[in-house]
Amino acid sequence: MEVLERYESIVDDFEAFLAACERSLPSVVRVNTIKTSVDRATEALAAEGITAEPIDWHDGLLALPDGNPGSNWPYVQGWLHGQEEVSALPPLVLDPQPGERVWDAAAAPGSKTTQLAALMDDDGMVVATDNNLGRLSALRSNAERLGVTNLAVTNEDARNHSLKPFDGREYDRALVDVPCSCEGTIRKNPDALAEWTFEHVQGIAGVQKGILRRAIEATREGGTVVYSTCTFAPEENEAILDDAVEETDARLVDVDLPLDSRPGITEWEGDTFDPSVRKARRIYPHFNDTGGFFVAKLEVTA
Amino acid sequence: MTDQPSDSDDKLRNDDEQLRDNDGQRFGRLPATEGDREVAGRPSREAVLDFWTDRFGVPADTFADYTFWERGSGKIWAFRGELPSPVEIEALGMTFLRTRQEHWKPTLSAIQRFGDAASDNVIDLTREQAQTFLAGEDQELAWDGDWGYLIVTHELAGEREPLGVGLYVYDELRSQVPKGRRRDLRD
Ligand SMILES: C[S@@+](CC[C@H](N)C(=O)[O-])C[C@H]1O[C@@H](n2cnc3c(N)ncnc32)[C@H](O)[C@@H]1O
Repeated sequence: MEVLERYESIVDDFEAFLAACERSLPSVVRVNTIKTSVDRATEALAAEGITAEPIDWHDGLLALPDGNPGSNWPYVQGWLHGQEEVSALPPLVLDPQPGERVWDAAAAPGSKTTQLAALMDDDGMVVATDNNLGRLSALRSNAERLGVTNLAVTNEDARNHSLKPFDGREYDRALVDVPCSCEGTIRKNPDALAEWTFEHVQGIAGVQKGILRRAIEATREGGTVVYSTCTFAPEENEAILDDAVEETDARLVDVDLPLDSRPGITEWEGDTFDPSVRKARRIYPHFNDTGGFFVAKLEVTA
Repeated sequence: MTDQPSDSDDKLRNDDEQLRDNDGQRFGRLPATEGDREVAGRPSREAVLDFWTDRFGVPADTFADYTFWERGSGKIWAFRGELPSPVEIEALGMTFLRTRQEHWKPTLSAIQRFGDAASDNVIDLTREQAQTFLAGEDQELAWDGDWGYLIVTHELAGEREPLGVGLYVYDELRSQVPKGRRRDLRD
């Protein structure tokens, strides 16, 4: 938890923040609308005597307070996918439409890939990329179980993503859910901070910049790119957006979230960021009783 | 009996193993008809559609938005969309059908996704029978129809739901649920 002390100056009600980070989170599942409806999934869970509590801001998310979301009939049928509540936000912010071409740049194990496909009614194309083959095989089995068919999977460094297999055509939208220091997942994984080092944060920031730049480049003019992390570190959040706004043809746009959130920050440890990074949103665990998260939306301008 | 399907080799090669199987990273699109065929032994789109109609009564227009692709011999994938062929990527759409043996075999994923549209060779199981099937076990069951691959369904949330593929031979239903998808839900 010491790592989190560095955020005392930017987090309101810091004691409550630390206390929330100590509490564990319930299992949450997302209903897979490619295969069923929220009503039928709820009915099937009830029939097995499994308590499922709707999450108020999204009717497709159910909390399972008794855990074990993988051992029941609706799971076997691919009606449910275990996914942390805040992790359902970036696809909603990206808002992909049926028939569009969408790139999920750091996709494994596919929670958001499969949610994107569901939001598109499994129509159009989702290209899911990851550089880790083992994690891609988890993505593949999730996609099979959930019945996704509009998916193409590539194994490569997203910074060098090739459009060649896809006719060279640019994307309408891209999701950049990058690898990060994962501080915000502390409530799910109490060891999340055990290996935290500043060097790691700096190293991964280079990867994050590279993936975001490639996503902006590979998206058509007027298209949308969403950048998200599960960390509080400004070096991995606002600093990456600042770089993109400086170096690429993209601008930040407002994000409307169904959860209580705070704007991006423009100053951190002597660095200042482009004022537009305030349009990004920071989600802290103590305001909505969730994991921590960061999400920003960009419009591609050329 | 020599032309009865055999489940022995497919059982060893469960879907998870197929996903890891890298014999050829390249997806080649199925030709529209036998006459358009350029790769020896590759089934045609027409033959695939006929298989689903003849065996299970699934209307061809169910797959109107789909293209079919082969990677490795006899492993057919279904992709909702179009891409220039061949394409060298990790995965394209969903694993769909195995055509290497004389008797073609749909994947569990395909049955769960498209089995709704089937009218023939569908066997409805009770909850208890479905549990046995999902656990990967064979069971003796009465069935009046053809031997061979059947679509296995059960009732969930008030409707009939396709669960997977079974092989019916010698008065028993042999579960074809791949290892990675088996579960023991018996209380
Ligand atoms: C936060 S996780 C993604 C979670 C995923 N979006 C989901 O919702 O299930 C970040 C992923 O980025 C992958 N990754 C790391 N470096 C990468 C790179 N240079 N190119 C592509 N993927 C990368 C990691 O293997 C990891 O799977």
